[in-house]
Amino acid sequence: MKRLDPFLPIVGVVGLIVVWYLAVWFQVVDPVLLPSPTNTFWAFWKGMNGGALAFDFLKTVQRTTISTLIAAAIAIPLGIFLGSSERLYRSVEFIIDFFRSTPASAMFPLFLVLFGVGDKTKISVAAFGAMLVILFNVAYGVMNARKTRLLAAKVMGASRLRVLTDVMLLESLPQTFIGLRNGVSLALVIIVVAEMFIGSTDGLGHRVFEAQQLFEMPDMYAAIFAAGALGYGLNLLFLLVERRFVHWSGK
Amino acid sequence: MGDTMDRRATALRQTPAGPTGSIPAVERAHVTIRGLSKRFSNVIIYDKFDFDIPRGKLISVFGPNGCGKSTLINMIAGLIPLDEGEILFDGKKLSEIKFGYVFQNYREALFPWLRAIDNIEYPLKVMRVPDAERRARSEKLIAHLGVKLDLKRYPYEMSGGQQQLVSIMRALIVEPEILFLDEPFSALDYEMTLFMREQLQRVFQETGTTTVLVSHDLEEAVYLADWVLLLSRHPALVADFVRYDDARPRTDATLSEPEFIRVKAHCLDVFQREVRKG
Repeated sequence: MKRLDPFLPIVGVVGLIVVWYLAVWFQVVDPVLLPSPTNTFWAFWKGMNGGALAFDFLKTVQRTTISTLIAAAIAIPLGIFLGSSERLYRSVEFIIDFFRSTPASAMFPLFLVLFGVGDKTKISVAAFGAMLVILFNVAYGVMNARKTRLLAAKVMGASRLRVLTDVMLLESLPQTFIGLRNGVSLALVIIVVAEMFIGSTDGLGHRVFEAQQLFEMPDMYAAIFAAGALGYGLNLLFLLVERRFVHWSGK
Repeated sequence: MGDTMDRRATALRQTPAGPTGSIPAVERAHVTIRGLSKRFSNVIIYDKFDFDIPRGKLISVFGPNGCGKSTLINMIAGLIPLDEGEILFDGKKLSEIKFGYVFQNYREALFPWLRAIDNIEYPLKVMRVPDAERRARSEKLIAHLGVKLDLKRYPYEMSGGQQQLVSIMRALIVEPEILFLDEPFSALDYEMTLFMREQLQRVFQETGTTTVLVSHDLEEAVYLADWVLLLSRHPALVADFVRYDDARPRTDATLSEPEFIRVKAHCLDVFQREVRKG
């Protein structure tokens, strides 16, 4: 029986599909609003194989990746700098927490004025949101570096710079990866929302919105699943990278 | 009682004999502490504290809770600044000597991102010793101590005792003039503690490095020591400095020998007296 344990996650998936089929079969919901799983999967398959969905999917991947990279490139060095002095971080903590709590979607009009209608606005709002999430995680990672470990390095004669590069940086990595995973999830949310509204012509958000407008329900569900798969995949990717490079995390 | 006090006085004050006479190692001070003062907020931990640490001996530091045992070695090892006073090693400053320090919390003192062997070699890396020489020195140390551990593993893949052994090796790799250990075995279970005492005794016998061990276990303090430094409640004073010179290697049988029992009982007396004072 234990040998079947790795297959447990499939139980939920199969269950969901069965419930879905039953709902369609007994017409619990209007058939126009809820296509069958087969139709949806077919729409997904066609869309991803040379269809418009594949193009929109890649567009969203591209925007999410760029905004996360920009966010990380700013947040990681800045987080290390701010975190290396607790007093420094405390003096800017309120600003970081305030903007971190501000819904990034509320920033769209401002960024539209700054960057106009186009990719720049979408990417910069997403980067802004993700950056704050990564920043505060990196800073906390550095600040919470084990005091004993810092002392150990100091006792062995390591200079301040050495302590930073050999100890603090590595100490902050597990927390940095938490920030990166949360950051990329947030970036994806912001990008998809941005693609739905502000004068967009492509991206998964646009695909979902357009399919809904045209009442192409299988296409809409397919695009939603594509977005879900993307979010899950990005999270998984960061987890795998973390396990590979931050092997000591949680041990 | 008076007997030990006299012996202590002799050990500390005796000056080198004639030019040809070889001086017993114990009589040469390695570390001289003069006028040491330290306070934490309003509590005076040390007030004009003077002490000499003899060379090539293992000194155990024992005393009531919060008397400043760890504070003392942390100040000697430069982890905590002194308020006043001076600590010299053969007349040299701390920055001019090589020393090793072993923390109680090995889990947090080792670097989990480095393999055990790289942890051990890390101090040499800080000193910019070339790769090949680092390897040669760690191999020499491993052979010297007769360590049979897979040092390619990461610290979190090892038992507590193995991790602390790695910490001790990391402290020894620089060939320190003096080794400090802050309650090194108190986070280990009893079986591992017994094993690690033997390891430490062996290290000490092999290297003869001046060693200062803070312990909260009187049996351990006496068993491992050449001298037991008994501190009073803060402001800490030397309550007694007790010689214990049974031959090494000491074994389980040592624990039931009359001399061990006598010294331990004496230390306990002094300790109880100091505890009651507070």
